[in-house]
Amino acid sequence: MANVRIDVPKTAKRGDIIDIKTLAAHGMETGFRRTHLGVPIPRDIITTFVCSYNGIEVFRAELYPSISANPFIQFSTVATESGMLEFKWSGDNGFTATETARIDVT
Amino acid sequence: MQHRSRRRFLTVAGGVTAAACVTFMVPAARAQMVRTPLNNMPEVIRSLVGTATLNIGKVKLDIPPLVENGHLVPLTVRVDSPMTEANHVKSIHVFTERNPLPEMATFRLGPRAGRAQVTTRVRLADTQNVVAIAQMSDGSYWSDTAFLIVTLAACLEELPA
Repeated sequence: MANVRIDVPKTAKRGDIIDIKTLAAHGMETGFRRTHLGVPIPRDIITTFVCSYNGIEVFRAELYPSISANPFIQFSTVATESGMLEFKWSGDNGFTATETARIDVT
Repeated sequence: MQHRSRRRFLTVAGGVTAAACVTFMVPAARAQMVRTPLNNMPEVIRSLVGTATLNIGKVKLDIPPLVENGHLVPLTVRVDSPMTEANHVKSIHVFTERNPLPEMATFRLGPRAGRAQVTTRVRLADTQNVVAIAQMSDGSYWSDTAFLIVTLAACLEELPA
């Protein structure tokens, strides 16, 4: 259901530093806004993003309402071995999204 | 003759002072209306750093100095670190002075990151300072501060009914 995009190179040389770009479709409602009737709009954000490389966590981000809608995160990791990169977003109201990418390391 | 010139001087000087007051007071008054009170950023930073010293340097916070739209501001933090097992960046924290909450984001990385650099996009509620702090594997803290002007603030608008 959740719409997420990732950009990971398909292949890399062993020891290369690869750039990873991720984007999750999410409104990131801050919890500080009100409707015109003065009713506070409850907070609804992605709070955590984790990237695992063959099951080992290599990057984690803790997000707050200050992060823009559709959070974009770019980071890097060292291509150590062929395998799967797993990306996991989780947040308020039970929000979760998962995406995987295969990388071949030569 | 002398009196007349003195009188003229005083009139002109008075006018200039009055004009200066008006120019300086108007923006101040408007800023008062728009700005929310400062959040508790210094205390939050203090509780993160604890008794350690907060050094300036090593960290480079890359953010546009003039922001037209506070809803979507690209922000990059780079840290000067070899990112080896013995010497790497453990975490990067980003704080703001005038958003409702001081915390913006926390990134946890390690030697497997290869490069200590993270990019994201943030909301900014006001013209303010943004602070990036990196915690190194040896327990030291390094920081960089960027001042930026925001024309269209995020967070303050209301939803259409």
